[in-house]
Amino acid sequence: MTEHEKIQAELDKYEESVTKAIARFPERDHLPEKRIYTPLDIKDLDYADDISFPGVFPYTRGVQPTMYRGRYWTMRMYAGFSTAEESNKRYRYLIESGATGLSCAFDLPTQIGYDSDDPISEGEVGKVGVAIDSLADMEVLFDKIDLGKVSTSMTINAPASVLLAMYIAVAEKQGVSADQLRGTIQNDILKEYAARGTYIFPPRPSMRLITNIFEYCSKNVPKWNTISISGYHIREAGSTAAQEIAFTIADGIAYVEAAIKAGLDVDAFAGRLSFFWNAHNNVLEEVAKFRASRRIWARVMRDRFHAKKDKSMKLRFHTQTAGSMLTAQQPDNNIIRVALQTAAAVMGGTQSLHTNSRDEALALPSEDSVHIALMTQKIVAHESGLADVIDPLAGSYYVEAMTNKIEQEAMDYIKKIDDMGGAVAAIEKGYIQKEIQDSAYKWQMDVESGARVIVGVNAYQIENEEPPKNLLKVDASVGERQKAKLAQVKAKRDNEAVKKALADLHAACEDENENLMPHILAAVKTYATLGEICNVMRDVFGEYEAHISL
Amino acid sequence: MEKKIRVLVAKPGLDGHDRGAKVIARALRDAGFEVVYTGLRQTPEQIAEAALQEDVDCVAMSILSGAHPHLFPAVVNLVREKGMNDVLIIGGGVIPETDIPALKEAGVSEIFTPGTKTSDVVDYIKEHVKK
Repeated sequence: MTEHEKIQAELDKYEESVTKAIARFPERDHLPEKRIYTPLDIKDLDYADDISFPGVFPYTRGVQPTMYRGRYWTMRMYAGFSTAEESNKRYRYLIESGATGLSCAFDLPTQIGYDSDDPISEGEVGKVGVAIDSLADMEVLFDKIDLGKVSTSMTINAPASVLLAMYIAVAEKQGVSADQLRGTIQNDILKEYAARGTYIFPPRPSMRLITNIFEYCSKNVPKWNTISISGYHIREAGSTAAQEIAFTIADGIAYVEAAIKAGLDVDAFAGRLSFFWNAHNNVLEEVAKFRASRRIWARVMRDRFHAKKDKSMKLRFHTQTAGSMLTAQQPDNNIIRVALQTAAAVMGGTQSLHTNSRDEALALPSEDSVHIALMTQKIVAHESGLADVIDPLAGSYYVEAMTNKIEQEAMDYIKKIDDMGGAVAAIEKGYIQKEIQDSAYKWQMDVESGARVIVGVNAYQIENEEPPKNLLKVDASVGERQKAKLAQVKAKRDNEAVKKALADLHAACEDENENLMPHILAAVKTYATLGEICNVMRDVFGEYEAHISL
Repeated sequence: MEKKIRVLVAKPGLDGHDRGAKVIARALRDAGFEVVYTGLRQTPEQIAEAALQEDVDCVAMSILSGAHPHLFPAVVNLVREKGMNDVLIIGGGVIPETDIPALKEAGVSEIFTPGTKTSDVVDYIKEHVKK
């Protein structure tokens, strides 16, 4: 009898023995396919080809050779609200508390390229992030923060080029040259169409802007991560774990194809591509997801795009804990959820992490809540032991089998999307949106039927729960204050220079072979506003019309 | 046969989070309502106009961006200005408890916060819509 036959025989005996137990205790819904995993589930796994070592292809065990034994992940808390002054205070507080990177949240008008005095911005200014109208706001946002030292992530997509240009301009004023800057712009427009909603221009010019940034940064801002290809929001919109990485990697493939088509060499830009994953509730499934994503990307980059450099094949990622899994009920319970999600992200080998605060199903987080969230990372890092060995769950029959399964499911989706003509076509058809919506609806129905228990929501509720106190309230006058500031900037700047820079940008937009970054940089330096710059581009590029389906 | 209840599910403002709006829209449709979803980034004016054109019995708004104190009342006012005095207006999203009294005062009949069952929204509309 071979080793595997012996195990099979024992497994058969075991299965027989549980039949009686299952008759008495029927098993719950939403469980993994099998109740127990054995060497039989990973008998086709080839250690050298499929798992290998940290820092070695296909990077299943992590992208760096020593992972957290050398340095912990970057503890990066997403923050920003109200005005640049307020947000600057929060950033400095976070740095003093031990955050090791900044992560800027912008308000919706900024994310969609409108100034604070645009009528459409009414009621939204400073609400979900900080309002940035011009370089003047950006100067205040990073006041007394050394941009040569800190790494900054900016959640900005459609107008990413403009915010990056402002960042470069602020650094220049601090005496820091562009080649020293470290950070990330999200710059992932495809998931905006599919899941997050802050698009401006149609796909074609948007893809041009993105490849312009790839090219510009490869020469001028070489340490900058030019895109953060994001599954986070796809998951928040309701996708499954496999869908999250499948749709995101399909987006990644589209960006690489666009850049190659624009004439760039794959190894010139691929090393600066980064990813952004969600850390959801199911700890082991999430660990498997992170591992599977690294393996898929490595193979895609090697086999499909013939990348030569190791760096081009490494999937580096930021993680945020799942906002949609926070409950408004018994909000302190969210601290526990975030701790478990943190454990998953760390065992999955994330490069940086944002931990959500307990009160975020209710409002933007208060300073006290942010402190607990940041300390959750510190506790996992220093006290839990989870960061002490690399990829600690490798070799677990279940986690390896799950890693394979998620990889397979994701590859099936990627194949389907390829057959449709790629991610852009699949989004234009509404296919990706529909798949996400179906999963979101199924989740909700499972919660409502009680098949899926969410503590405090559909089980273990407290009658007449006290509403939580000390929620952060964004000062209602922020819109007016921001408008006044903007009027001042417009009065003080050289309006002739602004006009000239905008006309120059307009001409550049019309010439498809022109890289827009230098023109945008020149415009922001004249204190042309974000809205003015985006309006020039709207004028040439038009605006995206969303595909509405239910 | 009784006329079906018509509902406009609307996303006022710049917020792009429509998981909730779409789940609600689908649940209402499964409950037998006729549902129109506006899509993202609608101004209060566009929503009021759509409510009029679609001849709906209820407008259900969703906002997660914190812009509800401005946008919810703006929609109510425009809907009423257009003469739709019987149209039921409800809202949902990330809305702190302390904001709710002012929204109700402004004419939003009910506010549904995170964790609400879709069936509760269905029941509420059935009970409160004026036929």
